[in-house]
Amino acid sequence: MTSSVITASGLKKSYKDKVVLDGIDLDVQAGSIFSLLGPNGAGKTTTVNLLTTLLAMDGGTARVAGYDVATETKGVRSAIGVTGQFASVDELLTGRENLQLMADLHHLKGDEGRAVVDRLLKRFELVESADKASSTYSGGMRRKLDLAMTLVGRPQIIFLDEPTTGLDPRSRRTMWTIVRELVADGMTIFLTTQYLDEADQLADRIAVLDQGRIVAEGTPEQLKRQIPGGHVRLRFADATQLAAALRVLPESTSDEERLVLRVPSDGGTKSLRALLDRLDEYVVDVEEFTVHMPDLDDVFLALTGHSSDSTNSIDSQTEVTTK
Amino acid sequence: MSTDAAVMLRRNFKHTLRNPITVFNAIFMPIIMMVMFVYVFGDAFNVGGGDYIDYATPGMIMLAISYGLSATAVSVSSDMTKGIINRFKVMDVSRGAVLTGHVVSTMVRVTVAVAAVIGVAFLFGFSPEASFTQWLAAAGVLLLVIFAVSWLTVALGLAAKTVESAGMATVPLIMLPFFSSAIVPADKMGPGIREFAHYQPFTSIIESVRGFLLGAPNTGQTLAAIAWSLAIAVLGYAWARAKFGKRA
Ligand SMILES: Nc1ncnc2c1ncn2[C@@H]1O[C@H](COP(=O)(O)OP(=O)(O)OP(=O)(O)O)[C@@H](O)[C@H]1O
Ligand SMILES: [Mg+2]
Repeated sequence: MTSSVITASGLKKSYKDKVVLDGIDLDVQAGSIFSLLGPNGAGKTTTVNLLTTLLAMDGGTARVAGYDVATETKGVRSAIGVTGQFASVDELLTGRENLQLMADLHHLKGDEGRAVVDRLLKRFELVESADKASSTYSGGMRRKLDLAMTLVGRPQIIFLDEPTTGLDPRSRRTMWTIVRELVADGMTIFLTTQYLDEADQLADRIAVLDQGRIVAEGTPEQLKRQIPGGHVRLRFADATQLAAALRVLPESTSDEERLVLRVPSDGGTKSLRALLDRLDEYVVDVEEFTVHMPDLDDVFLALTGHSSDSTNSIDSQTEVTTK
Repeated sequence: MSTDAAVMLRRNFKHTLRNPITVFNAIFMPIIMMVMFVYVFGDAFNVGGGDYIDYATPGMIMLAISYGLSATAVSVSSDMTKGIINRFKVMDVSRGAVLTGHVVSTMVRVTVAVAAVIGVAFLFGFSPEASFTQWLAAAGVLLLVIFAVSWLTVALGLAAKTVESAGMATVPLIMLPFFSSAIVPADKMGPGIREFAHYQPFTSIIESVRGFLLGAPNTGQTLAAIAWSLAIAVLGYAWARAKFGKRA
C-alpha cells in the first residue's frame, strides 16, 4: 500500500504581472523519488519554495507530510529538509562547524550532536577536510556538505533543488548513489533537475514543468511511450542490400551514405519479430540491428514544442525532425 | 536570549574573528584615524584651549562606533543573499534569533573597539575629569547609541539588494562624524555645513559624552542624544522586522 506525502492542487504564483506557476498539481508517494523536470526559468525553484514554506502561494492548496503548507508551517518544517539550488553552507565555518551548527539548531545534546556530525562526515567522505573552511571546498564537496547539513535533522522528506547542476560526471554519480541510499533508508525525495538523464536514472515518477505548467506526468517509461519516435536502425553491407530492404520496408527512411535504414517501431517484441521475419523472407542481409527508444529529450521536444536546455538536445532534435 | 539566538551569536563571533578585514576595519582603523588626527594634525586644530586629545577623544569614540558597522551590514546581507537564511527558516529558527545574533555581536565588537580607542587615548595623554558616575553616564549613553545604530545597520543590511551595496550603505554613517563636532567644533565649519553639524544626531551624542568625560555634563545635549538614539533604535528595529518579513 502506498500513501501520498506531498500533494498539491492548483498551485499558483505570480511576481507582479508575470505568472510563474499557473496551476500545478502534484502527488508524491512516500518512499519514492519524484522528479520535477524543466528548463531554466520553468518554475522549479518557485515550486520548491512554495512547498517548503519559503514562499506564500497565490492560489491552490498543498499538503506536505500531512500538514497544510499555508497554515501549518511548523509541522511542515519539522518533517522536511531542503537543499537549495545555491549551496547554503556557511563559508567562513569549517565543514564540521557547519554540521555542528545544524546539530545545535536542532537542539541535539552535546555527545549526540557530535556523534551525528562525525557519522555524516564519514558517510559523505568529508573527514579529511572536516576542519578546513568550507570556502576552500570544491563544488562537489560543497554540495555534499550542503546535503549532509540537511540530513542532521533526519527529515522524512527531502527537497533537492538541482543537486547536480555544475558537478562533473563522477560527482554526479556519487550524488545519485547518495540519493538512492536515502530512499533505501525510507526517505522521500523531491528532486528538481534540468537533466533528462538524471530524472530517467533516479525518478520513480517525473513531472515535466514548462513555463509554469505541468505538461506531462508519469513514470519514465510512460513518458517515453507517450510520444512516437521509436525506431529500428538497420545497417547494410552495401547499397544493393539497402535498396532491397527499402523495397521490402517502404515505410522506412534511408540514408544512402551511411547505408542505414530507419524503420519506425514501437520497440515491442512482436513487431520486432515481424520485422526480422520479413527481412528473412526476402533474404536481405542485415549487418547491424539497433533499437532506438525515444529518450526524455525526445519527450520534452514532443511535449513542449521546444527542446530542453540539456546538451544532447540538438541530437534528438535532428532525430525527430528527420522523421 | 533564546538558545537559537545564542547559537547565532556564537556563529557571528566566529565570523568576526575569521575575517581579518572586519577586525582591522572595526578596531585598527579608528586607532589609525586617532593617531592621524591627534598626533599628525593635532597641533593644527584650534579647539579653544585645552589639549586636543581631550577634545578629540569623544569624537574618536564616535568614529570607532561607525567604522565597526559596515561589517555588520555586509554580513547580514550575505546571510540573506547566499541562501543560508532559507536553511534557517526551514529549520524554524526565529527571525528574532538571527537578527539578535547580529545585533549583539555588533554591540560586542563595537564596544571592544571603543574600549581600544579609549585605551590608546590614554597613551596619548588623555586626561578626563569625569567622576565615576559621570563615566557610567557616558558609558550608558554610548551603549544606547551602539544599540540603536546596530539595529539601523542590520536594517540597512536587510534592505540592500547585494552584499556590495550593503557595504556602501553604511558609508553615510562613517561620514557623519566628520560633519559633526567630532574633530573640530561645529562653529568653525563653513556655512551650511555648520548648521548641519549643529543639528545632526552625532553632534548631540558627542557633546553629551564630551560633557561627561570633561566633568561638565551637558543636560540638553544628553537629552537630545537619548532622544535621537531611541528614535534611531525604533526606526532600525521596525525597518529590520519589516524587511525580514518581506524577504521570507
Ligand atoms: N523574486 C522574483 N521576482 C520576479 N520574478 C521572479 C522571482 N523569482 C523568480 N522569478 C521568475 O520566475 C520564473 C521561474 O523561476 P524559477 O527560479 O522558479 O525557475 P527554475 O525552474 O528554478 O529555473 P532554473 O533552472 O534557472 O533554476 C523565472 O522566469 C524567474 O525570472
Ligand atoms: Mg531554480
